[in-house]
Amino acid sequence: MTVGETEGADTETTAAADRETAAESALTPTQDARLRIVLAKLGLDGHDRGLKVVARILRDAGMEVIYLGLRQTTESIVTAAEQEDADAIGLSMHNAGHLTLAPAMVSAVAAAGMNTPVVVGGIVPEEDVQTLLDAGVATVLGPGASAAEVAQAVRDAVIAAEADAS
Amino acid sequence: MTTRTKPSIPDLYRDARAGNRLAVGRLLTRVERGGADADTVSELAHADAGSAHIVGITGAPGAGKSTLVGELVSHLVAAGRRPAVLAVDPSSPLTGGAILGDRIRMEGSQDAVSAPSVTADGDAESVRHKPFIRSMATRGHSGGLALAVPLAVRLFDALGFDPVIIETVGVGQVEVDVVGAADTAVVVATPGMGDAVQANKAGLLEVADVFVVNKADRPGATDVRRDLELMLDLSKVTGQEAEIGYRPPIVMASALEGTGATDVLDAVADHLSFLESSGRRVDRRRHRVRTEIEARLAQALQRRVSNLLASSTGQALLKQVEAGDESPTSVTRRLLDELLSTAPSTPQP
Repeated sequence: MTVGETEGADTETTAAADRETAAESALTPTQDARLRIVLAKLGLDGHDRGLKVVARILRDAGMEVIYLGLRQTTESIVTAAEQEDADAIGLSMHNAGHLTLAPAMVSAVAAAGMNTPVVVGGIVPEEDVQTLLDAGVATVLGPGASAAEVAQAVRDAVIAAEADAS
Repeated sequence: MTTRTKPSIPDLYRDARAGNRLAVGRLLTRVERGGADADTVSELAHADAGSAHIVGITGAPGAGKSTLVGELVSHLVAAGRRPAVLAVDPSSPLTGGAILGDRIRMEGSQDAVSAPSVTADGDAESVRHKPFIRSMATRGHSGGLALAVPLAVRLFDALGFDPVIIETVGVGQVEVDVVGAADTAVVVATPGMGDAVQANKAGLLEVADVFVVNKADRPGATDVRRDLELMLDLSKVTGQEAEIGYRPPIVMASALEGTGATDVLDAVADHLSFLESSGRRVDRRRHRVRTEIEARLAQALQRRVSNLLASSTGQALLKQVEAGDESPTSVTRRLLDELLSTAPSTPQP
């Protein structure tokens, strides 16, 4: 799977600059317990460049990314998270469906008896962020988030969910 | 079903046996991490395992293994079977991270509907066997994969999944070993990957019980078939065919045209029949157990070697080589004596 260097305007990061720090910090907390992250685009939304960049960022941060890509459903994502024992689910949203789809994802995860945190990235208007957080989304990452911030946000979401469960 | 306390391995195993997929996923995570938890899983699973047909599928990156596996799984589910897939992808040697992208090629198989559920109205779920697909990263070269794969396979087997399909990229000794230790090894080739000389080189092709020429819609597919036939003709004289009277079939397949998947399944089933009628399935199992134990021993010893080299004795000897007082061979001999005369210093984590 190749990831384009910097093609198009929706590259969500200045990856090269941050990669080193991200990789470095990844080595400390995880070690054996490698974080496993399911990444997907939910519903009809063909913009997967950003998700591919995020997949690479998380890989470079030492995580194992189960890449589902385009046109997933809440059901297919839950199935994957279940079978892969995912530590977090990352959704990339660019089609303004986030207010419907992200909460639907959160409830689908809960309905399956899991407490897997759902992290949303992509284009989410400022005024919708709180709505998503209130609906149970763990974090919302916008354009301009650095590679280190993305990796840290995922890690924090996992830690928070684990603390929640115990 | 929010569990406040972390469930024990036996609890998870019981839930998994009862069909709880979440529990299966969690057990697999413990298996991957290794150590005492993995050993416990192994003990529990060992009692219930032993019946599944274990199928290894390998081939070069991009040969279309995952797509093929996805199709096989769909057909298996449609035939009322309960397949499980272990899809192995490489970890980055630099960061340890991995992008596990096999699953994306198999997604359709999760929607496959088993035959009985077509007629059932309403509660189709009860007869529908969802395949279980798990991605696994290689996590370095230290033999972790050689331990985790057989254990994960045993777990699937014990939970009633059959067949258990292992998909790996055919590079690296461990990957070849893992597939070679399956009941049936399927090697996927594609057009444009070299000529008859390549086909006669040692390695992957030797472990094949079934060949698939994938992307058969592309030009050159019949050439690949011919080269493989030629190679197999030669093994009539010296190789597997001469020895045991089995000639691996060559199956043409194309995901684009939707052909070949059932032929592959037929060939795999035929091979299993051959193993059983010839009494060779027992040999495969013995070989598999031996390979696993060997890997476990090797890993345990490797750890002791690392510990010894890091110890003051080891450090002192290494310094002597540096100073020119000793040669690497003489120091090796002394370290080996040391290793064999001492009990393991620390219990394994």
